[in-house]
Amino acid sequence: MARIDLVDLAHSYGGNDAPAESFALKPVTMTWRQGGAYALLGPSGCGKTTLLNLISGIVTPSRGKILFDGADITPLSTRERNIAQVFQFPVIYDTMTVGENLAFPLKNRGVPKARIDARVREIANLLDLTPWLGRKATRLTADAKQKISLGRGLVRSDVAAVLFDEPLTVIDPELKWQLRSKLKALHRELDLTMIYVTHDQTEALTFADTVVVMHDGRVVQSGTPAELFDKPEHTFVGYFIGSPGMNIVPARVSGHEARIDGHVIGLHRNYGVLPDGANIEIGVRPEFVNVAAPASGLLSATIERIDDLGRVRFARVRIGEAKFAARVPPGFSVPDNDVGLVFDPAHVHVYADSRLVEGVA
Amino acid sequence: MDKTINQKAWFLVLPVFLVVAFSAILPLMTVVNYSMQDTFGNNQFFWNGVGWFKELLDPSTDLGGRFLASLGRNLLFSAIILAIEVPLGIVVALSMPRQGWTVAACLVILALPLLIPWNVVGTIWQIFGRPDIGLLGYTLNSLGIDYNYVSNEFDAWATVIVMDVWHWTSLVALLCYAGLKSIPDAYYQAAQIDGASRWAVFKAIQLPKMNRVLLIAVLLRFMDSFMIYTEPFVVTGGGPGNSTTFVSIELVKIALGQFDLGKAAALSLVYNLIILIVCWIFYTVMTNAGAERPEKQGAA
Repeated sequence: MARIDLVDLAHSYGGNDAPAESFALKPVTMTWRQGGAYALLGPSGCGKTTLLNLISGIVTPSRGKILFDGADITPLSTRERNIAQVFQFPVIYDTMTVGENLAFPLKNRGVPKARIDARVREIANLLDLTPWLGRKATRLTADAKQKISLGRGLVRSDVAAVLFDEPLTVIDPELKWQLRSKLKALHRELDLTMIYVTHDQTEALTFADTVVVMHDGRVVQSGTPAELFDKPEHTFVGYFIGSPGMNIVPARVSGHEARIDGHVIGLHRNYGVLPDGANIEIGVRPEFVNVAAPASGLLSATIERIDDLGRVRFARVRIGEAKFAARVPPGFSVPDNDVGLVFDPAHVHVYADSRLVEGVA
Repeated sequence: MDKTINQKAWFLVLPVFLVVAFSAILPLMTVVNYSMQDTFGNNQFFWNGVGWFKELLDPSTDLGGRFLASLGRNLLFSAIILAIEVPLGIVVALSMPRQGWTVAACLVILALPLLIPWNVVGTIWQIFGRPDIGLLGYTLNSLGIDYNYVSNEFDAWATVIVMDVWHWTSLVALLCYAGLKSIPDAYYQAAQIDGASRWAVFKAIQLPKMNRVLLIAVLLRFMDSFMIYTEPFVVTGGGPGNSTTFVSIELVKIALGQFDLGKAAALSLVYNLIILIVCWIFYTVMTNAGAERPEKQGAA
């Protein structure tokens, strides 16, 4: 168990001399606290697996350092690092029984037999694998195999962190939910630092206390699910998280006002004068924009379609060329062509070159 | 639903039937016919029933003695070369590079012995081992080792075995290499994280994953070594004495040397039967080893 610090850590598969833009992981400095449940969230190819493999030592970084409790472990091999990792596809030792599979990491480290047995029983119990302990592991279903992989990741109580690389990819959706709750419960029970890589926002938001969103090799924001939702620091976080994602539209912003299509929207904060030449956009989540009957004071938009999600309806509309989503208030009957949009000023954010601009209250 | 019946379809099968008849069935039946008869030349044949088969299995007769002795030598030879080539092939495959241009270089070098015609392999080793002009024979003798495969039984066996190892270990190595390459990286990474030693990785991952190719390798090497003829015939001619006379060499001696067609036919049928049985055993074992189906249960 340890605090993990990344210091100016970067990696390029093309070597250290590759151009900075081609790095799979651009320099990142951050701290993972002991006992935390973290999710690394981002689309495929954003560098999240690279970051995970750097921490576990499967990949050696081109630059920077990794510290476990302040000690530099960058040059150490995976075996010496005291880390556990669960991979996307189940890794099972074919010739061993389920129990022997679970005991393998402990046996390799010379743990006394009595302690191994006790720990294997405990983990098997937590994962509901007890009835299968004596069975050959090859003859089980994919999700049972992945549970064994998870078990092998969790069986060592002294690891600095347990890393999960999209571990639920091969699992049926229904079981996915169960296993994820199980992992969450295990996290509370075992007091291990867990880092969970996924491209599925539901998975990340339900599992983690802290979600680290990555985009194009960079960490764009790290925060609680609520922070990511309420105050995305990057337009990418805005539209990657949330369903539907945040509306991002180009606007002209000065002082307390934003202008879209010549129409003025009031802002909660004062943005003064924004830098020249920057690409200014405003972002607002569909949850904080209501459609209403067209009126002179409202920004008008053309209806394209209505998405009925059951407990809530979203209208997909167009403002000029820009696509936009907005909530349909309960009981509101949507007209065929044009509607007006009502913004909640407290939740309208301003972005300059995709980064959040903090206004003055 | 009505089936269309068209007897003309038989004509499409006819060519294959004729080819198989002339290339396999008729020659085999001729051999069966010969095995029941004795001949003294001049195309004169005398009925002998199952007499030759009885003699074959009776070590006190000349035919039975020769057959069983050569069969024993053959099995010993197969056992020795399997015991050497399989572990050696695995070690070679494990120590081969996994990527880069060296992979291609290694594969080409390994494939070279496999591409050499068998009688050329025999000739190479026959000259290589000669005490007067052969590099190996001359070197060994000048080191004070009295090595002569023409007069010493042990030296003859050693030469034939080393020759076979040189010729065929590559095949085992290439098959094992293919098996190793098919193991996903995640297995090695997981083993690293689980703290597995080199030996544990071999035992827990590599060996089980090579299971199927190893069975194929053992099967191929057993069949080939059991039917071996050309190389020992060229190097030792079956000698000294009869010490390296394997079943196939004995068979040729009887059939073409003594022109005892009846005895040779009976021997070749039994020989063929042994090979068929061994093939069947291997095939059964292999298909059973591959028939691992995940059982549906509620472990999840």
